Amino acid sequence: MTELHNTFSHFFAVYGSLVDFIGINSLLALSLYVTLSAGQLSLGNAAFAGIGGYTAGILTLNLNAPYIAALGAAAAVSGLTGMILGFPVLRLRGIFLAMATLAFGEVVRIAAINLQITGGAEGLTPIPNKTQTWMIFLALILFSYFVAVLRTSRIGWSFASIREDETAAAAMGINTTFYKTLAFTIGAMIAGLAGAMNAHLNYIITPGEFGFSAAVQILIFNIVGGTRVWYGPILGATLLTALPEILRGIGVSAGPIRMGMNGIILLLVILFLPNGLVSLFSCRKG
Amino acid sequence: MFGGLCALNDVSFCVETGEIHGLIGPNGAGKTTLLNILSGFNRPTAGRVCYNGRDIHTLPAYRVASLGIARTFQNIRLFPTMTCMENVIAGQHLNSPRPLLPRLLQLPSTRDREKEYRGKALAALARVELEDRADVPAQSLSYGERRRLEIARALVAGPQLLLLDEPVAGMRQNGVVRMAELIRILAREGMTILLVEHNMSFVMELCTLITVLNFGQIITTGAPGDVRLHPQVIEAYLGVGAARA
Repeated sequence: MTELHNTFSHFFAVYGSLVDFIGINSLLALSLYVTLSAGQLSLGNAAFAGIGGYTAGILTLNLNAPYIAALGAAAAVSGLTGMILGFPVLRLRGIFLAMATLAFGEVVRIAAINLQITGGAEGLTPIPNKTQTWMIFLALILFSYFVAVLRTSRIGWSFASIREDETAAAAMGINTTFYKTLAFTIGAMIAGLAGAMNAHLNYIITPGEFGFSAAVQILIFNIVGGTRVWYGPILGATLLTALPEILRGIGVSAGPIRMGMNGIILLLVILFLPNGLVSLFSCRKG
Repeated sequence: MFGGLCALNDVSFCVETGEIHGLIGPNGAGKTTLLNILSGFNRPTAGRVCYNGRDIHTLPAYRVASLGIARTFQNIRLFPTMTCMENVIAGQHLNSPRPLLPRLLQLPSTRDREKEYRGKALAALARVELEDRADVPAQSLSYGERRRLEIARALVAGPQLLLLDEPVAGMRQNGVVRMAELIRILAREGMTILLVEHNMSFVMELCTLITVLNFGQIITTGAPGDVRLHPQVIEAYLGVGAARA
């Protein structure tokens, strides 16, 4: 028993931060999954995570807010931003929506560089380390359950109908503007929470963390894992986050190869598994 | 108005409860535009649409649907990756509240509700003879089956007024006859039906009243027998000269 315990704590000493990042990235992937489930291609979730991170960081550093309050405020501010942003930009469809949300992400990044309260280009530091591994995974479990159940509710059916055909959805009485904005808002809230937990994990947040590459990375988690079931994005996030460590483990220096491997996996999935890795487990669609 | 083109001008007609009302006219006459205006997808630049004594032309499409007006589309709009069953379950949006909280708490009542929705969906599929295709994705259905599934999805909402845009386009005779039978039954049950169709024998046999549109204007509204003999209708379909011959 003690031996098992030793092995476990040794594993955690080495890979603890990796496990944390897997949890955070899974939450981020899940946040975009909600938005994608309503057929809305958003590249704004990294920026929502940033807003959440800064909100929590500012509250903790300036007001010494309790951890749970900082998290709640982060989710609320991100969600509210998502709602305000969603209302105008959700008139756009497909790639145009992606561009608008990408532009929003840049606005957030540049604002974070230039504002006093966000600490400028150096970012916010030192944010006390309050996030523990179990908290991340508790949040992940709760939100996975929430997202899985959401799908069977009226909201989830509306999201799916809009994703499949927005015009037909409206003809059935679905208020498409409302539900699209809701999908955007829920996604922003989860992303904001993930960002806040991340800020309290890393001691520091900088504007660069929430830029274009982070936004695309969250999308890639979803594409690789699959966007048809809730565990798809978690699978994608876990695999791609762990990949550099796995490569290092088998003796490949991860640095330069990492992005290449990501690219190859993405390519293979798009070519051979258009519904993502989850289609390997289940034959049933939808 | 579409970029200066006046699609409909001075169109005025009434559809009575429980009638099967046909809307015909040559291509480009404005039939689909009229249907879009009635269902809230287009907004008229002038005039009004009155439904059960209430102006509905300013309402968005989803509000019009909530008043009991369902429609199908000329170019069939299904939820392609959903199964037939899922399509028809999704069609119950207006009468299935599906609240989130009881579901999060796993209350047993949600399971009963879900059974009820599936039952209703199956009944709607049975009406259009698709019950044995319930688990097939909509995108793998044949053309005629897709049309019928779209009607089932509209029916399951329990509309009072059903707008059908070319319900038998591209269907074989057998399918046309069965569609006519279904529409007749629906009307007998009290549903009002307004349909756009190019299949003349179908319209003439089925409809109690027919409105003829050409170049965005109404030529005439009347019983099938009268409409068939109306000189301007013959002219619109066959050209000038044919009416005199």
